[in-house]
This record gives sequence, C-alpha cells and structure tokens, in this order.
Amino acid sequence: MNIQFRIRRMNPEQAARPYWAEFDVVVDPTDRVLDGLEYIKTRIDDTLALRRSCAHGVCGSDAMMINGRNRLACKTLIKAVAPRVTVEPLRGFRVIKDLLVDMEPFFAKYRSVRPYLINDEPAPPRTERLQTPAERARYDDTAKCILCGACTTACPIYWADGDYLGPAAIVAAHRFIFDSRDRAGDERLAILAQAEGVWRCRTTFSCSEACPREIDVTGAIQDAKRAIVSR
Amino acid sequence: MSIRTGSRPRPIGGVERFLWLYVRLSAVALLGLVVGHLYIMHVINSTDTLNFAFVARRFTGPFWRVYDALILVFALSHGLVGMRGMLRDYIRRRGWRLAAEAALWAVGAVFLLLGVLVLVVFR
Repeated sequence: MNIQFRIRRMNPEQAARPYWAEFDVVVDPTDRVLDGLEYIKTRIDDTLALRRSCAHGVCGSDAMMINGRNRLACKTLIKAVAPRVTVEPLRGFRVIKDLLVDMEPFFAKYRSVRPYLINDEPAPPRTERLQTPAERARYDDTAKCILCGACTTACPIYWADGDYLGPAAIVAAHRFIFDSRDRAGDERLAILAQAEGVWRCRTTFSCSEACPREIDVTGAIQDAKRAIVSR
Repeated sequence: MSIRTGSRPRPIGGVERFLWLYVRLSAVALLGLVVGHLYIMHVINSTDTLNFAFVARRFTGPFWRVYDALILVFALSHGLVGMRGMLRDYIRRRGWRLAAEAALWAVGAVFLLLGVLVLVVFR
C-alpha cells in the first residue's frame, strides 16, 4: 500500500530551522514504521538521519515520536498509524540532525544514580549471591528498561525543566535499590531525594504510557518516594 | 532510614522531603476542615441566612476563630508550597527563580497577616 510519511527534518549544515518533509512510501500494513523509514533512506533520500539497531524492540535505539506519541519505530505497525504517518524526533532533547537527538544528558543522569550492583561483602564461597524468587520479583519490572528515552521525553516536567533526573534514571535507581543483593540503596535514595529528583514527579503518568516495555514507571517513582519518606 | 554521615544519623531528603509530605498532610487536614465548613454553611444553614449577625455569633468564643485560622494557614501554605514547585519547573535561571520565590513568600505573608488580623480583631 502507499502511505504518506511526514517527517520533521533538520539539517544543521544548511539551516538550523526544522521543516516538514513528505514522502510517498510503499509498505505492507504489517510492516513497521522503521521499514517505511528504511524505504525512504534506501530508495528516496539517503540523507535521512535516524538511529536503529536490533529492529525488534530490545535495543531502544529507534524511539521517536510517531503520530504524536513516543514509540519504538521497529515495534509500530503501519496499519496502527496509517494512512498518514507523522514522525518527529523525541521531544525535549537537542536535535542533532533529522531524527537524531543528543542522548548524552539522558545518559549522564542515568550514570549519576550509580546503576550497577554495589556490594563489597565477600561473595559466598561456592555459589552466587542467592536471591529468592520473591526478592527477584521485587525489581523485575524496572530491570526491563532498555534506555530508549521514551519515558523521559514524554514527561512534561522534563520538557519544562531539563535538570529533572527523569523517569528513566529513577527506574534505573529503583532496579538496584530494591535488589536484595545491593548495599547502596541509601546512597541512591539520597540522590533521588534531592530537589531535582523524585519530588519533581507530579504523577502525570505520561512516562508509563510511553514505555514500550510497559514498565510501571510512575509506580516505580512512587516506590522511591515511599522508601524515602517511610523506610 | 538514614545515611551515616556526620555526628548523628539524618533522614534522607531534608527540606524537599518535608515539603512534599507537608502538601499531602495539609491536603488531608483541609479535606476535613473544609468539608466541615461547607457542611455548616450550606447544609445545616443556607446562604441566605449568612449575615454579619451570623458571623458575630460564631465568633463570640475562640473555637470558630481558631477553626477558620487553621483553614487559612493550611490552605495558604498548601498553595504556596505548590506554587513554589511550579516556579521551580518553569523559571530556569537561579536569580530570577529566587526573586520569584521571595515575592511568593512575601505575598503569602501579607495574606496570612491580613487573614489572622481579621480573625483576631473581629468584634
């Protein structure tokens, strides 16, 4: 079928102003938006800049705004967004070119919560650090994050205030705070308890709605608030 | 929970944690106080019977003055802390934000004073 793609483009080498570009794309209804973008790039205009990698929803590279909602291009069926597909870069990050956005501030916030297991106790002699299924389940949801950025760039607080830690960083912190093997929960909660941390969240729920892994992001942020206030 | 730095264990979060909690606690207090107020004014009485004499009778003793003072303090502070959060969201430059915050607290103090004055001197 023929689908019209409308893409918000920007070429920093020509003019820094973004503009709309329209393309007629031939795709099947069961193709993905990424297939349409690849069609444009290979057959119409190879200067179209975008990020993509695994093409099946686990790497998080191709998060973008499709028909006004943050989604993964490789997971969005054409038939779900036809007949007109409007593609824009993630909102709230600086646009480098076309659909490429500057993810560095996002990753800096992620690194700031120390997203790795911290435990200086010696490991048990002949086994790994054991954990019950219930303990594992406690942080199972937030362990699913693929760092696509859809949540943080859907948050209206983040749009207004780019210093807000953001849902993704809080989810990353949650994954370790509630991991029974970790010993730096207090330290991470102290980071989350700062002015630009969890208190900025207004439970708008845009993050939960945008998450392609269907993580209960707002719930994770509330968990963190609860832990800071009451534990 | 606390972090063990300094001479004594301190709760995590400080002022921000307290203000976040305060907005929720004052909301609960307001729910009780305001529903009570509305019930008295609109259910037990009706607005056509509300006049100066009605208020004067209620304010003969201290109870209703204190009750209304509590609504004033909780509502004003609840709103001011909320506004402070919004100023934080939208005013990015520190100097302007602190000035806006100072103006906010100044306006709040004026209204608090006026309200308390009315409740105390009413005769």
